[in-house]
Amino acid sequence: MTRTALVKAKRKAPFLKWAAEFGWRHVVAIAVLVFGLVPILYVVSAALNPNGTMSSTSLLPTKVGLDNFEKLFSDDNVPFAAWFGNSLMIAVPAAFISIFISSLAAYAFSRFRFKGRRPMLLFLLLIQMFPAFLAVVALYLIFGNLGEFYPVVGLNTKLGLMLVYMGGALGVSTWLMKGFFDTIPKELDEAATIDGASHAQIFFGMILPLAAPIIAISGILAFVGTMNDFVLASLFLTDRPEMTLAVGLKTLTADNSPASYFGIFAAGTLLTSVLTVAVFMSLQRYIVSGLTGGAVKG
Amino acid sequence: MLDQRSRTAGSATAAGLIIKIAVLAVVAALAVWAALPLIAAQAWWGLALEALVAAVLFYVYLQRRAIQLKYLIPGTLLLIAFQILPVFLTVGTSFTNYGDGHRVDKEQATEAIIAAGVQQTPGGAVYLVAVGESSTGELTLLLTDAADGSTWAGTEEGLTELDDATLDAAGRITAAPGYTVWDLAELGERQAELTDLAVPTGPETGIKLQGLSAFEGQSTRSYDEACDCITDSATGTVWYADNENGAFVTEDGQAALVGWRVNIGADNYLAVLTDPDIRGPFLGVFAWNVMFAAGSVLFTFAIGLGTAMALNKPSMRGTKLYRTLMILPYAMPSFAMLLVWAQMFNRDFGLINDLFNLNVNWYGGTWSARAMVLIANTWLGWPYMFLISLGALQALPSDSLEAAKIDGATGVTAFRKITLPLLLIALTPLLISSFAFNFNNFNAIELLSGGNPFMAGDAVGGTDILITYAFRQAFGSSSADYGFASAISVFIFLIVATISAFMFRFTRNQEDVYS
Repeated sequence: MTRTALVKAKRKAPFLKWAAEFGWRHVVAIAVLVFGLVPILYVVSAALNPNGTMSSTSLLPTKVGLDNFEKLFSDDNVPFAAWFGNSLMIAVPAAFISIFISSLAAYAFSRFRFKGRRPMLLFLLLIQMFPAFLAVVALYLIFGNLGEFYPVVGLNTKLGLMLVYMGGALGVSTWLMKGFFDTIPKELDEAATIDGASHAQIFFGMILPLAAPIIAISGILAFVGTMNDFVLASLFLTDRPEMTLAVGLKTLTADNSPASYFGIFAAGTLLTSVLTVAVFMSLQRYIVSGLTGGAVKG
Repeated sequence: MLDQRSRTAGSATAAGLIIKIAVLAVVAALAVWAALPLIAAQAWWGLALEALVAAVLFYVYLQRRAIQLKYLIPGTLLLIAFQILPVFLTVGTSFTNYGDGHRVDKEQATEAIIAAGVQQTPGGAVYLVAVGESSTGELTLLLTDAADGSTWAGTEEGLTELDDATLDAAGRITAAPGYTVWDLAELGERQAELTDLAVPTGPETGIKLQGLSAFEGQSTRSYDEACDCITDSATGTVWYADNENGAFVTEDGQAALVGWRVNIGADNYLAVLTDPDIRGPFLGVFAWNVMFAAGSVLFTFAIGLGTAMALNKPSMRGTKLYRTLMILPYAMPSFAMLLVWAQMFNRDFGLINDLFNLNVNWYGGTWSARAMVLIANTWLGWPYMFLISLGALQALPSDSLEAAKIDGATGVTAFRKITLPLLLIALTPLLISSFAFNFNNFNAIELLSGGNPFMAGDAVGGTDILITYAFRQAFGSSSADYGFASAISVFIFLIVATISAFMFRFTRNQEDVYS
């Protein structure tokens, strides 16, 4: 082999080696990213398109303006701020209360030994598989009747919808939290008991603060799940200003709404995403470990 | 001394005691508030139930033996009320013919049919009419008395006075609390239901619709207990009660529009098996439902695992950036992105046809609509699969991979024989619950295709899955059939229960570790 040929081969080899080891990984990653990001890019482009119609929207924005965002808050037909407020007003308390309730239950399952504990735990795992909306007909009839006695929790009320969401509180995150509580050493409880702390003091003063990360994750998953609910919200809240984001934004894409609403819809989608994306990005690490622990996003 | 200690263990501090008293006071106040409407309506069963719940709460928080109950009871009560009770009610409803045309009991149905035969009598009351629905979906005439301006809500059950209705200049009701008032378009769509609606006001009097007004008058029909039938003296028609099906039927088999709610046994279930008009579409929906769920899991897992394999290389540059960008689709609110995808498949201006220079009417054909739903659902689901695959890959025992390498297994062989089996053991429970989730993925279907395409005259759309099919039966634009919808729900319950039982076999070992 001549000297020059040898140099060439040497120079070529590292590229082949790189391609075999890393190159294909980048190709796969970029291909998947294109698939993953195109719809998001499209939403951004549609939201920035001052025309607002779908026919004038392309993948990359040609003209940029904030008209759609302006219309989102000024168009009388699009009570976006009210929808946003409704969604928050329902999802935030529902997430807080349901996480509180399931952390109570998780504490009982983790720290107490009682008859029926195991069957109950298994039952909770089972009930997780049944989304509340499967019994949607029954829920509709129950709340229709309930509303005749107590108008504040009947159909078309936020409180009624929240109650339904809370009915599923136990199933969703009790297991996840119990698993975490189990990792907090029991010796801590025992030491606190000897110091004269009651079970309530141990729970509120010690376990809850120690379990803050898992409570944050469960709370966020519950919050996102509630925000994404469409079935129950569409049945419960039918007056236009009372709708949640999911139900309200859908009306903007309905066949009979004006073509220019597409841009407004995209702008609304973007504003809704800001919240969830920020939360997900900042808690990436915990969410990954939470997911592998068995939580499924709704 | 010992007694003293056990006493302080219950509520150790004064602050704890005060909180406990405050919470119980709130419970007591709520119980009293909840009791008042029940007493007013003389709903004694409801009152007894309510008192029982309050008593249980007080007992649990005042006793000291079973402390775990104090932590379990709030969630359990909510679970029973809004998750378990609805399931039992669903099963109960599935054995009835409850739905439009069978909402009321027999007595009320009789009155409604008699009222439908009302003829205008001179001097009878005349009303201005708006039409709407009550909060439970019951067809309602919203009436304004032309003589004194009083407002009423009339259903096939009877007349109730309305207090805070909003009227337009002519005096017609435009809004009323608890009712949805229809606009002209809705009126036109549901004209057929209106023609036979009449509001009973007495044994043989009623209010009937005529154009956009209504009148009260005397009926030509009467009920005869001896033959259990209704006779119309004007036309000579006789309807005989069919107590098994909950309807009044003439001799030549014509049923009156208003029937009553009866237990029809397993008819709703049998209809799926025996009625060819239902069996065909039902089996089609079921097959597509399984395909949709399996396809969603398969595609999302394939893409997710492939990406995770590619990125599972610590020495690779940019993995962190890639991972962050890949979580983006997962972090976007799924309902909104489903709506975006629905728009991207628009035939004329949608991005997909635009980018690939196609002219496919995605919603038009069954298979193109199904492909569309699967593509969009894959987009939504793959980041989740990517995250869990990456987590599982990183947790794989490195010694078995090393051993395989030493034994000469490389690339594809090592993946097929070592990595994939190990991964599947870890991920099977998650894959099964993903299947169960997609099996009932109402949002994906409703927000993407709305069940489209609907062939002429079909109640079932090409992309409908069981849960959207059930939903359409109960709340769709055609008349509601709660009984049949509940039967489908029960069917879904059974399938999901089977899946869960299957899943328990895989997770049993894991549970032993956790508990």
